[in-house]
Amino acid sequence: MSEYIIKNGKVYDPKTGIKGDVADVCIKDGKIADKVSSKAKVIDAKGKTVMAGAVDIHAHVAGPKVNEGRNYRPEDKLFTYKPTGKNTRMSGGFSIPTTFKTGYEYARMGYTTVMEAAMPPLYARHVHEEIKDTPIIDEGALPVFGNNWFVFEYLKNNEMDNVCAYIAWLLKTTKGYGIKIVNPGGSEAWGWGENCTTVDDPVPYFDITPAEIVKGLLTANEQLGLPHSIHIHSNNLGNPGNYETTLATLKIAEGVKAKNKFGREQVLHHTHVQFHSYGGDSWVNFESKAKEVAEYFNKNKNMTMDLGCVTLDETTTMTADGPFEHHLTSLNHLKWANVDVELETSSGIVPYVYDPNIKVCAIQWAIGLELGLYAKDPLRTFITTDHPNAGPFTRYPRVIKWLMSDKSRQEMLKGFKHSEKVIAATNLASLDRELSMFEIVQMTRAGPAKALGLENVFGGLAPGMDADVVVYNLNEDKIKNPEEIETAFSAADCVFKSGTMVVENREVISNGNKRTLWVDAKVPENKQVERDVQMKFLKFYSMTINNYEVSNHYVPNPYVIEVDSN
Amino acid sequence: MSKTVTDVICPFCGTLCDDLVVVTDDEGKKILSVENACAIGAEKFLHSSDHSHRVTRPRKLQEDGSFKEITYEEAIEYTAQMLVNAKKPSMYGWSSTNCESQSVGHEIAELCGALVDNTAAVCHGTTLVAVQNVGIPSCTLGEVKNRADRIIFWGSNPAHGHPRHMSRYSIFPRGYFTGKGQKQRKIIVVDPRCTDTSSLADVHLQVEQGYDYELLQALRAAVRGQELTGDIIAGVPKEKVYEAAEMLKSGRFGVIFFGMGVTQSLGKDHNIDAAIMLTKDLNDYTKFSIIAMRGHYNVTGSGQVLGWQFGFPYSVDLSRGFARYNPGETGTIEVLKRKEIDAMFVLGSDPGAHFPMQCVKEISKLPSVAIDPHITPTTSICKVHVPVAFVGVEVGGNCYRMDNVPIESRKVVEPPEGMLTDQQFLEGVLKRVRELKAN
Repeated sequence: MSEYIIKNGKVYDPKTGIKGDVADVCIKDGKIADKVSSKAKVIDAKGKTVMAGAVDIHAHVAGPKVNEGRNYRPEDKLFTYKPTGKNTRMSGGFSIPTTFKTGYEYARMGYTTVMEAAMPPLYARHVHEEIKDTPIIDEGALPVFGNNWFVFEYLKNNEMDNVCAYIAWLLKTTKGYGIKIVNPGGSEAWGWGENCTTVDDPVPYFDITPAEIVKGLLTANEQLGLPHSIHIHSNNLGNPGNYETTLATLKIAEGVKAKNKFGREQVLHHTHVQFHSYGGDSWVNFESKAKEVAEYFNKNKNMTMDLGCVTLDETTTMTADGPFEHHLTSLNHLKWANVDVELETSSGIVPYVYDPNIKVCAIQWAIGLELGLYAKDPLRTFITTDHPNAGPFTRYPRVIKWLMSDKSRQEMLKGFKHSEKVIAATNLASLDRELSMFEIVQMTRAGPAKALGLENVFGGLAPGMDADVVVYNLNEDKIKNPEEIETAFSAADCVFKSGTMVVENREVISNGNKRTLWVDAKVPENKQVERDVQMKFLKFYSMTINNYEVSNHYVPNPYVIEVDSN
Repeated sequence: MSKTVTDVICPFCGTLCDDLVVVTDDEGKKILSVENACAIGAEKFLHSSDHSHRVTRPRKLQEDGSFKEITYEEAIEYTAQMLVNAKKPSMYGWSSTNCESQSVGHEIAELCGALVDNTAAVCHGTTLVAVQNVGIPSCTLGEVKNRADRIIFWGSNPAHGHPRHMSRYSIFPRGYFTGKGQKQRKIIVVDPRCTDTSSLADVHLQVEQGYDYELLQALRAAVRGQELTGDIIAGVPKEKVYEAAEMLKSGRFGVIFFGMGVTQSLGKDHNIDAAIMLTKDLNDYTKFSIIAMRGHYNVTGSGQVLGWQFGFPYSVDLSRGFARYNPGETGTIEVLKRKEIDAMFVLGSDPGAHFPMQCVKEISKLPSVAIDPHITPTTSICKVHVPVAFVGVEVGGNCYRMDNVPIESRKVVEPPEGMLTDQQFLEGVLKRVRELKAN
């Protein structure tokens, strides 16, 4: 494999503690190295910024609902198509790009690892087919557990060993990475057109509450010692006043210590917190509660969050929170797709236009940024847009600009149609904090990698780590105009994925050697779970158990993380 | 001695049954029996196993109308040359093959600037358009089995078209919340004819041919409690419409299954718009879903693969170097009618039997290749016929059920010696196309 040396760049790396000092980064055999031979190809990064490849902890990029979004929104492709290139397939789409475009655009922005945020186990094969067709980036997928009948029944009977055995089995069967929980209990209730909007609403017919589901899965996750913590989208998303539900959910994890061998410190990751930090009791007095929620996170160091920033675009919302999408279509009257999945989950899709002229949308925009600015620990706070729910991932550079520049935020605030009302309902106008480049690196590289239990593989530049390296044409000390930040982060000068140069001069030059991450947790043999699985497939599933497993050839280049949970 | 293969997927219809048991001879060459399948599915397995009827090598149409055997290499060369030299080739079909083959085919289409279209063009394409208009509240078939107490079959006759649908998913099965099976369910069938499905119905709405849209909108009004005018609506007495509406609303979980009777009759996608909106309306009162009764076992998969690779489910035109989608303009029937294409590639479908005669005549005039294990009307008019192994019998691969659930089909027997699979043939063509394009 070729060797590279990236010379004289301003290097930012929380892993090794380099904060913008001029240094060289060496790449050898796909890994970061101490030194390279004289044959190494030299990349001159003088005056430029060098950092590890970014890690996206939460994005909906592959699978049944993403594809339904593509297929039912032909309008999303308008004016976006790029023809076939020398090394690239034709690619298009804006909020829900084709798999090829997903890979190329992430790579161009310097992202090299992405977690697909919600995989319905029954559709796991579809998710992996799409992941296989997404070039360059390493991907994993989180199967949803929060509305799973097996989980309900074992938790109700307090059979923790059985929950663990089932989780291990399902991760292996679906080639999944960790435990995703979406609207615990509520998505099952949606099977009857109902919902659970607080942590104590009982799930119809299952005699269990969302709080018990979260607590149970959290305990199981730590008992198994998985690399990632539970990854939760709590109840009551998107409703005024929902921050109380959010805090009630977070409280479940208070004081619990992480148990794993991967350096992960959190026991709960709350995703797209922006959607969960709303005050008021109607859309009239809708307001930000970002401060309350962020302060809670600041105090409780065993939790992480990602922002879910609204980018004020026309986008496509999609979630395993079925009842929420039904609620949304009754608000905006745009086309509604829904899929309830037997024994496992529900899901829905609705297009959404975040219009800066609408007060609520502008407040949502402010809340996402407030969370990022109130958060004291950037290693526990990650930048996302819950792609494509609050905005497409291609807007990350814009979010970074807003977080780094008070000027750009104030300009936005002043430009809103309901500027005064937005300012009154939020705290953003008074927040003059500007995140540094180092903090951005913590929020997009080291932080998410650590939260996923991958801190020794991705998101850093220590020798021996995967050589995912990005060079941006930007110098933190010489930024005159905030737009420079967005431009630089939109297309990197060059990007290395596992030591292969995949982007050069802002264009994709190689399809890399993408891998699929999944977790193989070893648990003691459990006859009861084996029998229960057999029985449920026989009686309630529409597929036989022998056709359920995702066979290995759908994961042609796996990166398996083995966990000994015996 | 014999060998038994269990959990076999049936490569016939969109029901995609996956519980077949196939017994083969010891060498895994001949199928002896098929259990659990419907008559059509069983016949597909048994027929494929009888090699005496099969063409096992590619054939080229001669001037006198006879076919002459050629090698696979020659067939690959002809196909690659045809696609590379054409200005606007059409690559149609893709519904009776696996997703892996579709994926290779799409790459060829991208390199050659082809139109890619699947059998939704003559089937549920209107459904896909309706979904683009108004969305689709849906669920998996297991949800129907476990929860549904109201089942509507609209313009579809599963007793004949999807024979095991009713016993596996919709009318008869006992699920988690449906322990009493059929007794717990009310069945409504909407069909102008009396069919074997309608004989099972609690209510048979004998809609007047072509008036589905009117009946759907009347049901929507009745569900909302609005007054209907006229005693007979779309051929159905008003009281029966009210009765049906009440039956739908009073259920706890309902599903509308619809077929070609509404998608390809007068009104087309507008019918489906109305059916989906009825479903959406019903969600204000109870829980309701709607599912298309997709025909070919993997037509759904073709829409999925096209979706993630190009962003559109059918009628995709790549001839301008980027993907365009405009059904009515970029569909295969339309381009054939306008004589716009200059080469025809067919795989896993039989347009010769299902397209308008005008289009079939046009295909017969064009340079053309048909990839199909059978001899069909299409293979008889194409210049080259390439027989391949049966997907789901002689080679595995991924397929998508009518509710978009992916199931990997299985190989149960060896194909006749020396035969290629769809995927192998397409990979050969792709390699050759790349070489030709490089020069």
